[in-house]
Amino acid sequence: MNENLGLLIFLLLCCVVPGGMLLLFALLGPRNPNRVKETPFECGLEPLSQPEGLLPVHFYLVGMLFILFDVELVWLFPWARVLREQGTLAFVEMLFFLGFVLAGFGYAWKKGALEWEK
Amino acid sequence: MEPMILDMLLKAGLGLIILGMVLNIAGLLTWVERKQSALMQDRIGANRAAIFGFTALGLLHGIADAVKMFTKEDCMPKGAHRFIFNLAPAISVAFAMAAFAAIPFGNTLTLFSRTINLQVAELDAALLFVLAAMSIAVYGVILAGFSSNSNYAVLGGMRAASQMLSYEMSMGLSILGLVLLNDTMNLQEMVRAQGGTWLGFIPRWGVFTQPLAFLVFTTAVLAETKRAPFDLPEGESEIIGYFVEYSGMKFGMFLLTDFIETVLAACLVSVFFFGGWQIPGLHATGFHFPWGTTIPLPPLAVSLLGVAAMMTKVVFFNWLFMALRWTLPRFRYDQLMHLGWKILLPASIANVLVTAAWVAWRG
Repeated sequence: MNENLGLLIFLLLCCVVPGGMLLLFALLGPRNPNRVKETPFECGLEPLSQPEGLLPVHFYLVGMLFILFDVELVWLFPWARVLREQGTLAFVEMLFFLGFVLAGFGYAWKKGALEWEK
Repeated sequence: MEPMILDMLLKAGLGLIILGMVLNIAGLLTWVERKQSALMQDRIGANRAAIFGFTALGLLHGIADAVKMFTKEDCMPKGAHRFIFNLAPAISVAFAMAAFAAIPFGNTLTLFSRTINLQVAELDAALLFVLAAMSIAVYGVILAGFSSNSNYAVLGGMRAASQMLSYEMSMGLSILGLVLLNDTMNLQEMVRAQGGTWLGFIPRWGVFTQPLAFLVFTTAVLAETKRAPFDLPEGESEIIGYFVEYSGMKFGMFLLTDFIETVLAACLVSVFFFGGWQIPGLHATGFHFPWGTTIPLPPLAVSLLGVAAMMTKVVFFNWLFMALRWTLPRFRYDQLMHLGWKILLPASIANVLVTAAWVAWRG
């Protein structure tokens, strides 16, 4: 109870500090926008293009692989917490599970999903 | 009702002290970064900012920076999403700081017959809380990238996101070995379990039980801080980064986040692998040396020595990360992915398997 209360107070403080920074910045800074200041950065030129949402596919692959392995990770935490009580059976069960995940990892590796340079 | 209000005040005070300390160390790190890099490159470093001709070794530059950043103009590019553009730096700072709630800065302290746990919140799932807070920090970066309406910012945001995701798994998996050995995800208990010694002189620190996890975790957590050699999301010489469109204090908040995360990384490495507030040979009653000498100490002194030990370790790792940052060149993106996916991830899985086999076999 106490600990959760402490956490709540701390999280509130963590929101107050950046909020205060933004507020102070908004109050103290001057404000005279012009066309040049509102142009997105481009090495001193007029911007050649606007971001369109098209990005190298590698980023999406990394995202998908991350989800695969993060789900595995979420399974491993409770298992790691109780392995000593559960003993060898839990270890063997996790070997099976990890075996499947690692097979997927090996497949992704072999297919070249982890290669950044083609 | 009365004790609850007192508890709230205590927690608020402790939270304020810890936040103030973290922000101060982060602020000092801007000075350390300048001076240490200057020392390593045989320069003088920041030494101009002065109050009445008194420069304090350049320490005043941090204050000058803060004043400058707060009084700069707040520019926002046309087409940027105003709300998210402002939210992104706040998310970054807030969640980088939030992770400190779970860090134990000392053992319990007994003052006026009250026992105070020197930690904002002793959570049973503290480890998951820290990992979660560090994961949410990804949002700050990626929202900044996407709300800026700038090609460079989008690229920086994507780079940051895929880098942080890639290294987050190795980070989580490497800690798993410690969870297996200690049967707990409570950081305070994890530190308590690292008390005592083997053979009288080797401290029972995580770095000796899980050396591979230490290497993997330190590398991964450095990648999470997005500082050199992992500073690809903000590679100033190529894409400037996800905060390219930010000015003044909003930019400063991203900078501050990096330093807060460096402090957080130092805290985590100390807690997981270097015994947190433990000092080898220091017990609840005082020092017990292996050759039989004892120096009795009052409990208050033992608690304060523990806090001092924790701070010393944090400062040491901050120094180490700073030295690494100025020693190693930046990775290429394919090298980064190679290290994260093909070296650290298999290494951390192997570490988990070996540790689990040991625990299952020895009980």
